[in-house]
Amino acid sequence: MELSNLSVRKAHEMLVNKQISSVELTSAVLENIRRLDPKIKAYLTVTETHALEQALKADIRLNAKENITPLTGIPYALKDCLSTRGIRTTCGSKILDGYVPQFNATVVEELDKSGAVLLGKNNMDEFGMGSSCENSAFFNTHNPWKLDRVPGGSSGGSAASVASGLSLFALGEDTGGSIRMPAGFCNIVGLKPTYGRVSRYGHIGLVSSFDCIGPLTQDVYDCALVLQTIAGKDSMDGTSLPASVPAYTSSLGKSIKGLRLGIPEEYFQAGMDEGVEITIQEAIRVYEKLGMQICEVSLPHTQAALPVYYLILFAEASANLARFDGTRFGYSSNHNFENVVDLLIQSRQEGFGEEVKRRIMLGTYVLSSGYYDAYYLKAQKVRTLIIEDFKSAFEICDVILAPTCPTTAFKIGEKKQDPLTMYLSDIYVVATNPAGVPALSLPCGFSEGLPVGMQLIGNHLSEELLFQIGYAYQAETEWHKIHPPII
Amino acid sequence: MKFEPVIGLEIHAEIQTHTKMFCGCNADHTSLSDPNILICPVCTGLPGAMPVLNKKAVDLSILVGLALNCNINKTNIFARKNYFYPDLPKGYQISQYDMPVASNGWLDILEDSMESKQRVRIRRVHLEEDTAKLTHHENYSLIDFNRAGVPLLEIVSEPDMHSVEAVLSYANKIKTYLRYLGVNSGDMEKGILRFEANISVRPYGCQELYTRTEIKNLNSFRSMAQAINYEIDRQINCYDNGETIPQETLGWDELKGKTYSQRGKEEAHDYRYFPEPDIPPVQIDRSWVEMISSHMPELPDAKNQRFIDQYGLSIQETRSLTSEKDIADFFERTALLSSSPVRTIYNWLMGDFTRQINERKINYQAIPVTPENFAQLLDLFSSKVINDFTTKEILIEMFNSNKNVLDIVSEKGLHQISDADILAGIIERILSENPGQVKQYQAGKESLYQWFMGQVSRETKGKSDPQVVQRLLTEKLKVQ
Repeated sequence: MELSNLSVRKAHEMLVNKQISSVELTSAVLENIRRLDPKIKAYLTVTETHALEQALKADIRLNAKENITPLTGIPYALKDCLSTRGIRTTCGSKILDGYVPQFNATVVEELDKSGAVLLGKNNMDEFGMGSSCENSAFFNTHNPWKLDRVPGGSSGGSAASVASGLSLFALGEDTGGSIRMPAGFCNIVGLKPTYGRVSRYGHIGLVSSFDCIGPLTQDVYDCALVLQTIAGKDSMDGTSLPASVPAYTSSLGKSIKGLRLGIPEEYFQAGMDEGVEITIQEAIRVYEKLGMQICEVSLPHTQAALPVYYLILFAEASANLARFDGTRFGYSSNHNFENVVDLLIQSRQEGFGEEVKRRIMLGTYVLSSGYYDAYYLKAQKVRTLIIEDFKSAFEICDVILAPTCPTTAFKIGEKKQDPLTMYLSDIYVVATNPAGVPALSLPCGFSEGLPVGMQLIGNHLSEELLFQIGYAYQAETEWHKIHPPII
Repeated sequence: MKFEPVIGLEIHAEIQTHTKMFCGCNADHTSLSDPNILICPVCTGLPGAMPVLNKKAVDLSILVGLALNCNINKTNIFARKNYFYPDLPKGYQISQYDMPVASNGWLDILEDSMESKQRVRIRRVHLEEDTAKLTHHENYSLIDFNRAGVPLLEIVSEPDMHSVEAVLSYANKIKTYLRYLGVNSGDMEKGILRFEANISVRPYGCQELYTRTEIKNLNSFRSMAQAINYEIDRQINCYDNGETIPQETLGWDELKGKTYSQRGKEEAHDYRYFPEPDIPPVQIDRSWVEMISSHMPELPDAKNQRFIDQYGLSIQETRSLTSEKDIADFFERTALLSSSPVRTIYNWLMGDFTRQINERKINYQAIPVTPENFAQLLDLFSSKVINDFTTKEILIEMFNSNKNVLDIVSEKGLHQISDADILAGIIERILSENPGQVKQYQAGKESLYQWFMGQVSRETKGKSDPQVVQRLLTEKLKVQ
């Protein structure tokens, strides 16, 4: 029986119908990891024993037919920025070397309760700072479609693991495209939920006001299932939203006829690869055929999104990363120090990577007295304009369709020396985070053998609608069913 | 040249909530001997832990803001104050910056040397979290996170004070207010209240402000007074010698009795404040303020006026009563229950009663004597049942044994006379000396019965056994 690239939905059916046990399924995926991960390098930590224990517990639940959820017995992976009790959590950084959290992130707690089976922790750009996984302090992750390509970032390990059957789904985190961009590069589905829809408690934060935890899955249906489990108000996260969580799968299969699809003119100006543009235009035609009304919308402050995003990111990240000081946990420099402040400085100097240090310095600078108004405050003001852009657009349309990335997966090393070009690969994904709106990335074709992703951007808390529209596309197309040749 | 000191005060007051400001840890760190037991991922700044605001801390800061006649700001924004120090686990302190809970208030103070009120303007009242506690040893330092994340109120005055007496009067009044409002116990030794003073001097009559220095970490009224006096003299000397005062932050060396420079203006920290993104803005609407306002206790100034009006006490007397809310409450409760004159209650309360408290170093909340018992004691005294000496003796016993008055009297047999023969003789004598009252009683004026009882008590100096007296008296009144 072919167990690679099982969807969550299909695996659940098989588990419930006793065609397979969770231990068998988990063992099969662990075997895939042993066989393929030396080439892909999606995992920083594989928790084999833990996984088999959880699988056994899930089988007991399945056999007793008690408390079965759609995720009971389903093996999954976590981006390594999500805290796991008793399991090493590095955030892709040397500074968290040896750090083992005492508590679970709320999302991990929720998945535990649902009976899902944790396989391990995925590689990522250090503290989520990067778009290629090349900023991991440990190693590069390879794109399963072409091993000399990046998987995207920063949730690159998670995307690569789902794409190559090394997990049935994964949780990633999206600060400015970090779920959607690697999902697009790896031909899977990734959702950045509305800000506050999913608790951030236990996520090692990069930008508190942008960070969103979300699912990476094989298809839209699975994505709805996973979000269902992890969404909701959390008393441990004051920024989580109190709005009730709808039954996300119930809208799937409903007609999308008459719904309005907005095409933002600013996203289709210069800069996009021709192959990507052709693919996206084809996707628009599919929606037209499905009865959607295509309309042009304008997001006039698109040009400002990238600087706004980075200025706020630098500022917040510089403070969020201040707690890594070598005194209480993680990496601590072992020189002989005169005083504790020297220990702190040296530990940070040795523990953080280049990109992280660059951003901490920039953040410290933009918050400094005399510069605050010109940078941080100005960025917050322009952020309001970006929010207004989306508000106005959603008066004209129901969802916005845009490419996820201007290119397909680039070569490992290609952009590493040029941070600015690297930042530009996030041009289409960053605006949604300052705006707080949800966006779903899904496969829409290939260009020169590499996957192209498109994203559907919706208004606040419109995840249900995004799933409905994404699902309609996947019912009409086969792109998401094509798997990388490596498996 | 004569110089006038110009002083402003920053007061840091811990808010004694049950739990810490951003987590569920117990906030009562002062009574502990063990370090690092009231801690969790949030207050030790572990990666991924997030702060959730304690509403009670906001409630109490609104209460303080209202008591200090401040505007309560509708939109409250918490801010990150960034700096590195091992007592700050997150690398930033969650505080408030340009949107504090309360601002633009005032407090009237009354210096003992002058009878007119003086107004000190309050610039702002804001809420922040306390840091961990560092103790320094010869070759190492230790960190105790029990205090980390305890809510802290910062009350900043304008530089409106011009003498050490005014500063002490202001600080004392704030301390009294905080106790009245249930914010904290004002216990200086436990570091619950800490001061920072900014000081400058200028020629008398001059309106402009001269360069100021700031003295950090003044942890007692005594060291605050010493430090401010020292600094005023130092600055005046500098000007007298034609020197200038650099703007700097100073420490206070308790042993040497001197201020010393900690850092100059150039080394001043840039705290890089920005809005705390993990805590949404807190909107304090009118109904919230009204709800808090309805719980406002009577404050010392109002209580003083009422005590003057209601009890006919002098301002000095009421101030000595109201400086401690518990004493003021005790006084009022006793006055309500007792038929003794107010003067008697006041004298005993501020005299022997307070002496007992002071000698025994008893916390006001833990006074073993109830107002009911105290009232009973004073009534026995007022009706001359017991004399001054016995009253004192019984009061001491009440503090010692936690017992009530009548029990002490009977137990110690405070010379109670129970011998029926002796009592019968006394009763017979009273009856024969008061034939008119006997006649009236027998004619039906039964209320006189208590009067006869009282006569016996008086005759025996309160030492007669009331039950025996009752039996004999009833008997004898019938026979005649």
